[in-house]
Formats: sequence, C-alpha cells, structure tokens
Amino acid sequence: MSQEANHYYIPTPSTWPLTGAIAIFFMGFGAAFTVNKLPIGYVSLAIGFAILIYMLFGWFGTVAKESESGKFNKQVDSSFRWGMGWFIFTEVMFFAGFFGALYYMRVLSVPWLGEMEIAYGTSVWPEYAAGWPTAGPGITEQFTPMGAWGLPAFNTALLLTSGLTCTWAHWAIKLDKRSQLKWSLFLTIALGALFIGCQAYEYMHAYSELNLKMTSGAYGATFYMLTGFHGFHVTLGAIMLTVIYFRVLAGHFKPEHHFGFEGVSWYWHFVDVVWLGLFVFVYLL
Amino acid sequence: MGSKVTAILVWVSTLILYPSMAAAERTDGILSTVNLPAAGSQIATEMYDLHMYVLYICVVIFIGVFGTMLYSVIVHRKSKGFKAANFHHSTTVEIIWTIIPFFILFGMAFPATQTIIDMKDTSTPDITIKATGYQWQWGYDYLQGEGEGIKFLSKISTPREQIRNEAPKGENYLREVDNNVVVPVGKKVRMLLTSNDVIHAWSVQQLGVKQDAIPGFIRDAWFKADKPGIYKGVCSELCGKEHAFMPIVVEVLAQEEYSKWVAGQKQESAEPAVDVNKEFTMDELKATGEKVYAGNCAACHQANGKGISGTFPGLDGSKIAVGPKADHIKMVLNGKAGSAMAAFKHLSDVDIAAVVTYERNAWGNTTGDLVQPSEIKAFRN
Amino acid sequence: MAAVHHPDNELGHEHEHHGPPAGIMRWLTTTNHKDIGTLYLWFSFAMFLTGGVMALTIRSELFQPGLQIVEPEFFNQLTTLHGLVMVFGAIMPAFVGFANWQIPMMIGAPDMAFARMNNWSFWLLPPAALLLISSFFVPGGAAAGGWTLYPPLSIQMGMGMDMTIFAIHILGASSIMGSINIVTTILNMRAPGMTMMKMPLFVWTWLITAYLLLAVMPVLAGAVTMLLTDRQFGTNFFNAAGGGDPVMFQHIFWFFGHPEVYIMILPAFGIVSQIIPTFARKKLFGYSSMVYATSSIAILSFVVWAHHMFTVGMPVTAQLFFMYATMLIAIPTGVKVFNWTATMWRGSMTFEAPMLFSIGFIFLFTIGGFSGIVLAIVPVDIVLQETYYVIAHFHYVLVSGSLFGLFAGTYYWLPKWTGNMYDEGLAKTHFWCSMIFFNITFFVQHFLGLAGMPRRVPDYALQFADFNMISSIGAFGFGFSQLIFLYCIIKCIRGGPKATDEVWEGADTLEFTDLPSPAPYHSFETPPKVK
Ligand code: HEA
Ligand code: HEA
Ligand code: HEC
Ligand code: CUA
Ligand SMILES: [Cu+2]
Repeated sequence: MSQEANHYYIPTPSTWPLTGAIAIFFMGFGAAFTVNKLPIGYVSLAIGFAILIYMLFGWFGTVAKESESGKFNKQVDSSFRWGMGWFIFTEVMFFAGFFGALYYMRVLSVPWLGEMEIAYGTSVWPEYAAGWPTAGPGITEQFTPMGAWGLPAFNTALLLTSGLTCTWAHWAIKLDKRSQLKWSLFLTIALGALFIGCQAYEYMHAYSELNLKMTSGAYGATFYMLTGFHGFHVTLGAIMLTVIYFRVLAGHFKPEHHFGFEGVSWYWHFVDVVWLGLFVFVYLL
Repeated sequence: MGSKVTAILVWVSTLILYPSMAAAERTDGILSTVNLPAAGSQIATEMYDLHMYVLYICVVIFIGVFGTMLYSVIVHRKSKGFKAANFHHSTTVEIIWTIIPFFILFGMAFPATQTIIDMKDTSTPDITIKATGYQWQWGYDYLQGEGEGIKFLSKISTPREQIRNEAPKGENYLREVDNNVVVPVGKKVRMLLTSNDVIHAWSVQQLGVKQDAIPGFIRDAWFKADKPGIYKGVCSELCGKEHAFMPIVVEVLAQEEYSKWVAGQKQESAEPAVDVNKEFTMDELKATGEKVYAGNCAACHQANGKGISGTFPGLDGSKIAVGPKADHIKMVLNGKAGSAMAAFKHLSDVDIAAVVTYERNAWGNTTGDLVQPSEIKAFRN
Repeated sequence: MAAVHHPDNELGHEHEHHGPPAGIMRWLTTTNHKDIGTLYLWFSFAMFLTGGVMALTIRSELFQPGLQIVEPEFFNQLTTLHGLVMVFGAIMPAFVGFANWQIPMMIGAPDMAFARMNNWSFWLLPPAALLLISSFFVPGGAAAGGWTLYPPLSIQMGMGMDMTIFAIHILGASSIMGSINIVTTILNMRAPGMTMMKMPLFVWTWLITAYLLLAVMPVLAGAVTMLLTDRQFGTNFFNAAGGGDPVMFQHIFWFFGHPEVYIMILPAFGIVSQIIPTFARKKLFGYSSMVYATSSIAILSFVVWAHHMFTVGMPVTAQLFFMYATMLIAIPTGVKVFNWTATMWRGSMTFEAPMLFSIGFIFLFTIGGFSGIVLAIVPVDIVLQETYYVIAHFHYVLVSGSLFGLFAGTYYWLPKWTGNMYDEGLAKTHFWCSMIFFNITFFVQHFLGLAGMPRRVPDYALQFADFNMISSIGAFGFGFSQLIFLYCIIKCIRGGPKATDEVWEGADTLEFTDLPSPAPYHSFETPPKVK
C-alpha cells in the first residue's frame, strides 16, 4: 500500500509509553540503589532493562509497521525530521557541557591552583606546578596520558570511513540499489563495531599500562567521561544501524521514503563529528 | 470595586513609605529591621547608597507605570460604557520605551562600576588574615601585619539550651562566638578565604564583605572599618546541618587597644605550650576529650555517640573506635574523602589525643586505651 | 466571530479513533493531547500541594526563633525538596499541560506531532516524582544541599542525593521529549494561513521556551552526571585536589539555571498576553515587539548566569560583564510590561478572574523584576546574596509570576475545557485571598533580607522574629486560599452554567472562534482556514 494518507497520522492509544515508564521506574530506583551497593539495585536495574528492551522492540516495531503501511504522509515525515534534528541538538548540548568542563579545568582551575602562591602569598597546594595533562595537586598517583597518534588516530580513520560508507548507503537507498545498500550498511556497522572494540582495548591498555584511571584527577575524569559517553553513543548508533540493516533485509524503505534510515545516518554523522572534537581536544592538544 | 482600589493603594503607599522609613532608620545607628544595617566602612556606605539610589529609581518607575495602569483600570472599563479604541502599534512609542530604560540602566550601572572596582582592589593591605571554614566554625590565621602569627578557632557560643528553647534566649542569640576576630580601626584588612570541607561564606554586612570560602582554593576580600565596635555576620552559604549556627563576630578596636590585644595574644602563645611529650593521665585526657568532642564532633556523631542513622555513623561500638588505635587516629587526622568526615588536622595534638582517648573509653566503649599527644605528633609526620 | 463548526461530523469515518477508551486505560494509554494536558495539570497540582506542605513546614519552623518542629538536617531536606518539587514538579509540568491543551487548538492542528511520545513524556513524571519524594524515607534522608545541589556539600549526602540525581535525569528526559514535541508541532503543524507572525503569543512564548529547554536540560543532565561520578566513581570534576573546582559546578548549573527561570516565566507572559487583549476588548499592543522581546530575553538568558555567583570571587571583568548583561534584560521585559499597559489603555475592560490574576501578575511580577535589578547591581548583591531578599525576589517572580499566570490561564480556558462556567465569585475570592496573603508572606521577606537574615536556616537571631511570624501567618493563609482554587475547579468540572462557544466576548484565537465548548475530543482533523 503506497498511497499517501491524507490525514496527519495520530496513533491510537498505546501501552508502549507506559511500559517505557515502568522500565524507567525500575531503572531509576535500580540505578540509585546500585550505586549505593544495595543488592536489590541490580535486580531492579535488570528488570528495568529487560522491560526497556521489550518496549523498544515493541514500539519501534509498531512504528516500522505504520511506516511500511503508508500511514505517514509528507507532513509526518517532516515532523520526524524536525524531531530528530532537535534531538541531535540536545545531544550536542550534552557534550558541550563536558567539553566545557574540560576547558574550564584546563584553562581556569588548574592554572589557578598552580598560581595561588603568586596571587595570595600563601597556597593550599604549595608544591603544585600546574600544567596539562595533570592529575591535580592532591593526587600523588602518577599516570601517562594517552597519545594521539596510535590507536586514537586509527579510530579516527575508522569512524571517518564509516561516515563515508554510511553516505554511500544513503545513495544506494536513493537509487534503489539494494545489494549495495546491504553491503555499505554492513560495512558501516562493522567499522563501528571495530571502533568500539579498539576503544575497549584502549581502556584496558590505559588501566593496566598507563595507570590512567577515572580517578586520575582532571585528566582522567574528562578523558573517560568524554570518550566514554562518546563510545556509548557509538554503541547506540551501531545498534540503531543494525536495526536498520534488518529492516533493509526485510525489504523496508523506498527511494523516496526512508526517514528511518536517514535519521540514524544523521545520528551517525553527529557521533562522527563529536569524535573529531574529541580527537582534537582530548587527544591532540 | 472600592476594595480593589484601596488594596492597590495600600501597596503603592507601602512602597513609597518604605524608602523614607528606611532612610530615617539609617541615622540612629542601631540595627535596622527593615533596611540594610548602618554601614561600618567606606565600601559598605557605597553599597548602602547604591541600594537606596536604585530603589528610589525603581519606585519612581513603578509609580509611573502602575499609576498609568491604575488610571486605565479605573477609567477604561466597560461598566462605565467606555468604548475600546483600536490602536495596536506605534513604532515611535516603542522605540522611546526601549531607549529610556537603557539610559536609566546606564545611570545605575555607572556608579556601581566604580564601587566594584574599589571593592575588588585587595592590594597593599595593612593586615592579612586567613579565614578557614570548617563544618561548623571558623579558623583565623593572622598572616601579615601587626599580629602576625596569631591563630585561633572561633565558634558559636550560644548555649544549646537556648536553641532548644530550654533556656531564655540571650540578647545576642546566635550572633555570639567564643573568640572574636579582632582588627584595628582604619586599617585595610585583607581577608583570605578558604575552606577545609564544603563551601562556606564569610559575610559581614556592615563591613560590606561577603566572600565564599571554597575548599582547595583561596579567594580574597577586604574591608577597612570606620569606627570601633562589634560587627556581626553569618556564614552565608549552605554548609550542612549546622549552617545556621556559624556566626562571625568582628571586633574593631582603636589602634592602641589593638596593640594591647596583640601583645596579650603573643604572651599567651609564648607561655610554654602544653608539652606534647608530657604523659597525660586517663582522667585528664577524658576530661579534655569530652570538651573537644562536644565542640567538634557531637554535631554529627551526637553527644551520646549514637550518631544519626544513615548519615553519621555512631561511634559507640563502632569498628574504628574500638579497633586498632592507628586507624582511629588516622580517621580523625585525615578524615575520609568523599564523606562528611573532614580532616581535623587543625586541632592540637593534645586535643586530638584527648578526643580519641575519650571516644575509645566513653559510652559503651571500654578499650582502656590511652592515646598520648606524642603519638599524634608522630602520625602527623 | 467565525462560524463554529464541528470537525467531528465533517470528518471521514475512516479512522480507528472515535472516543477515548473507557476507565483507567484511557489515561494510561492515551495519545490525545487534551487527555495528556489534563494529566499534566493534575499532576502538577498534586506536586504543588506537596511542595506547599513542605513550605508550610518550613514556615512553621520559622514561626519563632529556636528549634521547635524539625531538626536542622530535616529542615535542609525540606528546603531542598520544596525547591525541586515546585520547580520541576509543579511549575514546569503545569506549563507543559497548558501547551498540550492549547497549542494544537491555537494553531489549528489535529494533535501534537508525536502523540505517542507525548504520553511517554508525561508518564515519566510519576516515577521521577516517586524517586524524589521517597528519598525522604531512605537512610540519610533526602538531599539536603539546596535545590542548587552545590558540591562538595552534595558529595557528602547519602543515597537520597543519588535518587535526586536520577530523578533529575528522568525529568530532564521528559522535558526534552516534551519540548521536541512542542517545537515540531509549532513548526510543522500549523493550519494553512497560520503564519509565524499570526501565531497567538502563547504559542510564540512556548516555542521560545521549548528552545531554551532543548538547550539547557542536557547541560543540567551533564552537571548532575558529573556530580554522580564524583560521588560514586571517584572522578574529580568538582574537587580541587584533582584539578577540578567546586565553582565549576555552579557555572554549569547556572548555565542551565538562569534560562530555567525564564522557562518558568515566558509561558506565563504568553498566557497574560492572551488574556489582557481579550478583557480589554482591544488588540494586543505591539505584537511583533512582544515576539522580539521574548526572543531577546531568551538569548540574553544565556549570558547572565554568573549573577548567581557574584560572591564566589570572580575577576572584576567577569563581575562587570555579568552585571551589565543581567541589567539589559530589564529592557525587553520592560517592553512587555509597557505593551500590556498600552493594551489596557483605552480598552473596554471587564475584570473577571483571569483578568484579575493577569493584572495581579503584572503588578507583582514587576516588583519581583525590580528586586532582580537590585540584585543585579554587584555591590548590592554582595550584601544581599544568600539572604531572604533573594527568597522574596524569586517568590515574587515565581509565585505571583508563574503561578498567578497559571491561575489566570486556568480560569481563562477552563470553560473551554469543561464546557461549564466556573463560579466567578469563588474565583474572585481566590484572587483576593491569594493577593493579600501572598504579599503578607513575601513582602516582609525583603525587610528580613536587607536586615541580614540568611536563607536556608532553621533558626535565626531575635531581631528577625516579628517579620518571620508575619510571613508564616501569611503562608498559611496563602496555602489555604489554594483550597478555594481546588474547590472552584472541581465544582466547574462537575457542572455549572453552560459556557458559550466563544466564552469571552473579546477572545479571538482559534479555540474560541472555531471550536465549540467543551472542545471536542479530536479537534481540527481537517485544518481550519486562517485568514
Ligand atoms: C521566574 C523566575 C525568575 C525571573 C523572571 C527572574 C528575573 C530576574 N532575576 Fe532572578 N532569580 C530567580 C528567578 C527569577 N528571576 C530565582 C529562582 C533565583 C534564586 C535562585 C537560588 O539561588 O535559589 C533568582 C536570583 C536572582 C539573582 C541572584 C541573587 C543572589 O543569589 O545573590 C539575581 C541577580 O542578579 C537575579 C536577577 C534577576 C533579574 C535582573 C531579572 C529580570 O529578568 C527582571 C526583569 C524585570 C523587570 C526589571 C521589571 C519590569 C521592567 C520595567 C517596568 C522596565 C523598566 C525597568 C528598569 C529600567 C529597571 N535573580
Ligand atoms: C517554583 C516555585 C515555588 C513556589 C510556588 C513556592 C511557594 C512557596 N514557597 Fe518557596 N522556594 C522555591 C520555589 C517556590 N516556592 C525555591 C526554588 C526555593 C529555594 C530552595 C533552596 O533554597 O534550595 C524556595 C524556598 C522557600 C523558602 C526559604 C527556605 C529556606 O531558605 O530555608 C521559603 C520560606 O519561607 C519558601 C516559602 C514558600 C511558600 C510559603 C510558598 C507558598 O506559595 C506555597 C503555597 C502552597 C501551599 C501551602 C499548598 C496548599 C495546600 C494545602 C494547605 C492543603 C494541604 C492539603 C493536603 C495535604 C492535601 N520557599
Ligand atoms: C560533619 C560531620 C562530622 C563531624 C563534625 C565529625 N564527623 Fe566523624 N564521621 C562523619 C561521617 C559522615 C563519618 C563516616 C565516614 C564514612 O565512613 O563514610 C564519620 C566517621 C568517623 C569515625 C569512624 C567511624 C566508623 O565506624 O566508621 C570516627 C572515629 C570519627 N568519625 C570521629 C570523629 C571525631 C573524633 C570528630 C571530631 C573531632 C568527628 N568525627 C567529627 C561525620 C563527622
Ligand atoms: Cu558554614 Cu554555612
Ligand atoms: Cu538568574
């Protein structure tokens, strides 16, 4: 059925959001209990996750069905575009917060800590010479910072390439070349997975050989939080791409109607751009 | 309808009356209850005047705007048969009422800027005092100028019974401390602020100072008191449960008296300090320890050693208080990072020895351990 | 007045949706913007009562000097949760409720753009509220570091703080989804002919508010995430020993926090801008300058955050910059106040409850705005920061601002929502009681602050005793006045004189001109034509 609906599609009442809220309920309490090491927290968290995954399958399954049965007209399509666009904007702001923290420490607080003696004639940290990277004045454990030109550079290449293959997939979808589409999507996912693998390896390397930890002061905190959240987003993106891949295998999407794919590809490119920021500000400078 | 107008009038007149009320209050010097207290320094005077100035401008604008609106409300009503006009735009008017406020704001910002620049100029002080915030008392260190080397802790002296409503409240309820910060009149005093645990703020309104004390950092502020007297302040940043009970009292003395005070302090500290190598008896330590405990620890761990469930562990029977001495001493000296248990390094060796001894032998704890100041000294190094 | 037609009848019968499913499932599974709006409104009212009970406990403790009712630790928990519950639980969701009910009707859309996600946005709130409220009952109690959650104090708290952090995450997710929905609905679902510059101001203010939310909620999420990892995973973002800075939290928090206060006031500006023209029977004065003023406020709100931090000890240039930027906000806000006055000028006014609350709003909000200007002057802020003057300032803008705006809007649209007229006498009583008791409660707090009473304290020096007593009495009066509101609403929902379709003589927005009262369950399935 490919006739465009002439009304804006308003879904019928649905239990998925409620299911999602229940999942979040368990996850919220679960997380709070877990970080306080209450055993019940893990149980609650697991229940929450299970429900969430069930909900995601159900909800997105429904949306995919609605989409394929032609319920979404042009206007619905542009709603999705606006929605996804602004969602990515919020993600940008989320990362901006962490980049802001990195820069605040590098440019302001670390130098302040080092120059206290000069400004006030006395210091809380008399021994401290400011610089970057640093673990801060009160942490004695030494660490080696992560260099940029080994694995991280390779990771940059991986992600940039995956951006290209993703665009290739977009062309394929537009020209209705299904086998190219499958291949390019598959490649994108594989590159993403490889990236995550490398990142995991890098963390192990950092912990075991560089003694670089979450607790390694300003550098450790920003390094792990920024790369960690980025890695988390890559993982999400890869999962979404995988869903798209299976939808492609199931014959979904048309040359003129494939926002499901496009939204994910926007997300993928966004993750790419964040990585460039990371590469420059966390690794390189 | 009459009632509405009256109600509005009441509020307008309060607004008009208030500044005049406030201005009158200023001259008699006593603590005001409706306005900023009388200023005790040049900067505070500027602050006071700025506030009155801005307030007056606001009141004038307020009367202008709401006078117009009130007129409209009274006259332009349907019940009086008033027919609506149909204008809804006028670029000229709109430009005017965008530009005029701009100039008014400029008029406010201009004098404020000068005061800010003065206020931030902490250079060339006569005396430098470092104030350290602790949960919940202030530590003062005279770093430079007359009195250099003087050092003491200052905490609230209002008895608990008054706070608990078990005794009548004194005149200086919550605004009195055991050791005042003493400074000479007419000298530029630079305060360096830092903290040992959470953020506190050192604030004395009448001297025009309020500066946050941030752990791990130092910040500064300054004042120069106009005349001798007692100036009171409070900790002005939420710092935990006893935040309300962390007052500041600054005692400004004439120069000669200040010199006398300094001499007195010097003499006190010159007197042979209690010898840390002296062996104390259990009773001595327990007696001192109980006092130290009441002054520093009881706020959290409670006088009965039971703590507050969930927040502050009880020490009665606690693993650390009846376990190895070393862990106990380390806990008190260094605190525990990431918890409310701060380092108590600033207490003297004797005090720490006493409080540890006390804790190990109070309530249900009967370790019989005696901790001597010399042991604490050894731990410090 | 344009003809009222009933889209329900005109519409093809092809669709699945006829009426709502019956019983509780209607509310749990609904995708209807009106149902969801109703849910939001009731939820926020419940939260308002909860936060209000906390406020009354605070005021009871402060009735007299000395500790009598609660322990200091619990007092701090109350203050913190009062702030959090009121801000995130009462005021913000209430405005989202209005957005849900009104925006689709005001722009001629069939519903919100993402109807199902809309349901999720709402149903995320109860778990978050539960996390917040139940944190009182865990060992260590609720968060007690103030609603601003400054570290290192918030690092010291027990489990209640973690629950608060996760609650904020969930609330943030809900706000973000809600805002995406609102932005998309406004940009993409306007009826033909409804150009941007024809949109009712309420829609405009919400569009801008939604943008603010999208920009700052993720930043707050980041801030509390750093707090969480500092607390639990040993990072050192806010710890000098590791090269971090407790003040950095304040910067990030207020980068969110200041736009947040405009998030709570802009929709109220919108509501008032609908009501004043209606009851003055005259078009809004300076429509386009209202739009520009709102945008300017929003843009400026991103560069003023450090006015909450004048006492942390920033460089003099930073103090000057933030003072000037903050003061500038008076200009666009002034434009609004002047435009409202000009709208009333030579109108043909009547004074039903919505109008009374709107006038009360302008009058008292302006007082709050002026105390804001006083606080923006750095040297004056130095003596007033962290005193009751600040408490007075923001209750003037939040209670007699945001909350009065909400009351005004409720009375204004209630007849449209329920089809019944509310009891005007009760509503006016509600207004006058609120007005009087509000001022008794909060006006005197200016005096307290000037005289030096610090905020967030369970006990105070004797010189503050009189005004505190007055304030506490006022608070109880104000609290109980709100029961009139509750009663008035329930009475109106249950029945009452039938409201006309237009409801108010001067109303000219689509929900009044093109829809019957009560508004049908599905409105505008075929878009109206806007001239
Ligand atoms: C709805 C919420 C809201 C709104 C709208 C505002 C509006 C403003 N606020 Fe307020 N504010 C808060 C909520 C709000 N605030 C809260 C919650 C806090 C405390 C947070 C905490 O610490 O817990 C706070 C604290 C706060 C501080 C910090 C105080 C301190 O902690 O030391 C300051 C300082 O600059 C400030 C300033 C202002 C200014 C200048 C405005 C301006 O936008 C006001 C502009 C309006 C007018 C000026 C009136 C109308 C204008 C005219 C009639 C034109 C002519 C006027 C002139 C030329 C002056 N606010
Ligand atoms: C956003 C909105 C908002 C609103 C609406 C309010 C409403 C009120 N606030 Fe609040 N307040 C804040 C936001 C708000 N506040 C914030 C952000 C803080 C700062 C917190 C901090 O420092 O961290 C604060 C702090 C604050 C303080 C300072 C506390 C301190 O520093 O220690 C005080 C003290 O008087 C106070 C009082 C009140 C009162 C009396 C009301 C009244 O208007 C409330 C009226 C409502 C009621 C009283 C409910 C009515 C219901 C009943 C009476 C019926 C009972 C029924 C049942 C149980 C079913 N507030
Ligand atoms: C601000 C509140 C506070 C004050 C004041 C305080 N403590 Fe503590 N104390 C704590 C907290 C919280 C802990 C628990 C730390 C942890 O294990 O996380 C603690 C733990 C302890 C312990 C270890 C108890 C155990 O079983 O784990 C000892 C011993 C102790 N404190 C002694 C003292 C002494 C002595 C003083 C005064 C000189 C003092 N405390 C003052 C909050 C405080
Ligand atoms: Cu120290 Cu508040
Ligand atoms: Cu602000």
